[in-house]
Amino acid sequence: MSVRRLAANQPDSFAFNKDSEAKIAFWMNKYPEERKASAVIPLLWIAQKQDGWVCEPAMREIAARCAMPYIRVYEVATFYTMFNLEPVGEHLIQVCGTTPCWLRGADGLKAVCEKRIGKKGRGNLSADGKFSWEEVECLGACSNAPMVQIANRDGDYYYEDLTPEALEAILDDLAAGKPVETGPVTRRHCSEPTEATVKVLEDAALFDGSRAKSITLPHSARTAAKPDGDRKSKPASGAAGSAKAAAEAPKKARKTASDAKPAPKAEAAKKPAAKKPAAKKPATKKKDD
Amino acid sequence: MLLQDKDRIFTNLYGRHDWRLEAARQRGCWNGTAEILQEGRDWIIDQVKKSGLRGRGGAGFPTGLKWSFMPKEVGARPHYLVVNADESEPGTCKDREMMRNDPHHLIEGCLIASFAMQAHACYIYIRGEYVLERERLEAAIAEAYKAKLIGPDNIHGWDFELYVHHGAGAYICGEETALLESLEGKKGQPRLKPPFPAGAGLYGCPTTVNNVESIAVVPTILRRGADWFSGFGRDGNAGTKVFSISGHVNAPCNVEEAMSIPLKTLLEQYAGGVRGGWDNLKAVIPGGSSVPLIPKEICDDVLMDFDALRDVKSGLGTAAVIVMDNSTDVVKAIARISYFYKHESCGQCTPCREGTGWMWRVLERMARGEAEISEIDDLLDVAGQVEGHTICALGDAAAWPVQGLIRHFRHEIEDRINKYRAGKPVFVPVAAE
Repeated sequence: MSVRRLAANQPDSFAFNKDSEAKIAFWMNKYPEERKASAVIPLLWIAQKQDGWVCEPAMREIAARCAMPYIRVYEVATFYTMFNLEPVGEHLIQVCGTTPCWLRGADGLKAVCEKRIGKKGRGNLSADGKFSWEEVECLGACSNAPMVQIANRDGDYYYEDLTPEALEAILDDLAAGKPVETGPVTRRHCSEPTEATVKVLEDAALFDGSRAKSITLPHSARTAAKPDGDRKSKPASGAAGSAKAAAEAPKKARKTASDAKPAPKAEAAKKPAAKKPAAKKPATKKKDD
Repeated sequence: MLLQDKDRIFTNLYGRHDWRLEAARQRGCWNGTAEILQEGRDWIIDQVKKSGLRGRGGAGFPTGLKWSFMPKEVGARPHYLVVNADESEPGTCKDREMMRNDPHHLIEGCLIASFAMQAHACYIYIRGEYVLERERLEAAIAEAYKAKLIGPDNIHGWDFELYVHHGAGAYICGEETALLESLEGKKGQPRLKPPFPAGAGLYGCPTTVNNVESIAVVPTILRRGADWFSGFGRDGNAGTKVFSISGHVNAPCNVEEAMSIPLKTLLEQYAGGVRGGWDNLKAVIPGGSSVPLIPKEICDDVLMDFDALRDVKSGLGTAAVIVMDNSTDVVKAIARISYFYKHESCGQCTPCREGTGWMWRVLERMARGEAEISEIDDLLDVAGQVEGHTICALGDAAAWPVQGLIRHFRHEIEDRINKYRAGKPVFVPVAAE
């Protein structure tokens, strides 16, 4: 586990700005009314994206919003390593150093960061004050190793298939205020094979719309009485029939739905604008169980 | 024979085409979804069971069976589906491609699985670092709401809310109960089981947690038939699977292939082969960093499935193949994995909190040769004391790579120690580039 503490210097106060408030409303809407604590990670993240780091007054503000004790927010903020507990560079370079990236030369990227930015540590700013860097654990882009994630005002995007030279070029562009393209720096699009002996996912039939044609489900329970040969009826011949069946399906299924669970359904239907999880009512009942 | 394009489930895995709803529909997503729901939940669960689908998140538990653990009737507490998109196992990068390039497979799967388990709400817990993937997923979900495919009063007749939630950089949240804790707004520390999530999961309600891939393949399985899916792979290891290939191959990639494909075929046909040729191979970690590595002799003919890899004392895990060629300092490679587990231990159980750091420190010394020969057995002993003595499997995951290293490369550690003790310069090959 990593030991993380709050910065010694803290501002006196913190307030969410208008943009952040809109985001908070979006996130708060995802959880049952009495489960506001669920929004703590998203809110800490919103605070971080607003100020670049999470200060102590922000934690207090979030505690109030999420109806949880301050100490629980503190606990969360210090547990999860993506929260910056101190101010960081305008561009925070996060170099993945875990084995798959290390095997493909993450050490070279670390050397570039050390040379260009300085000592490792997200709070150690470069001479121009614009950059800081740290080594992070696996970022889940291993087929595009080595890679870095750069956190700045524009977002938190991945830069992949890097070489030390490519990273230097990216740092140059960032320092000059130029836009930098995200993703692999090579001609790769995502993580497709470039040296496969066969073509992968290039069969035109996958994309010509033939798969959107109406289908008959294999092993259908509803048509089980029919002889086996029927199951494999061509999609084209069964098109009209299944389209009709599909049209009727909603009513039938909806009936099952409302039978199983009337209360939340009615509630959800009443106010579709304010999406609330179906859990709203029953979660309170939990204590009675 | 290699898997043909027509049998690949994720047809836009590489993002060469549009990820949006209209294009996804052209590729067959959301085709016949209403009919699938009309077949009823028993049929769906039965078909998933018959398909032989085993969980794609690492443990390989049969998905249909897991679904059947949910209460048959909805009581006072609502049911939840939670999708584990906290993809953080080193080497694994498959869910990412599915979420950013083929999100409608997942969204449709969420609806079908939720219907089968009588859940009206589903949360997708995506790792905090996947910002682009989260934005993409949110956009795709918004499209699905707009087209009334999901949401209240949707065309499928099963009221269904789908939410994306994100983490903030904790590997442990990939463990299902830690994920639930995190989703409830707490530190991601695993819960003791029982009770299992199917009894008391999210907010104390019956919950099933499934990996992204396990959910995303379901619509296609139901459309094409359980026997189509079970036709791939050996008995008990059915289906197609997205393999993530990284490390010392000429062209690392993600690729969907049939289960039970020989490892050598996988690497040579899709990843351009091992750097410097097959004979330059030293070892492979076949299923993400938690599984023990296997040396070249085993790699020569091992099949990539649950049973074959278990038989060679490793595992399929997430099917993330990390390749190491002969230039690799294998002790250093495993030491780096040990550092990862030390960093990611949640600190709840003492054997793991203390043991991961201890193992890392010893391995770092061993990588330099600065150790006693007897310490190799000490290390094995401590690994054994961590394994199986913790609430969750992170302790096991930290112990297995170390055990694998000693099982197959004890001689290399001994050589290094002997050279160091003899005062000779230690030859430490440089790993990469």
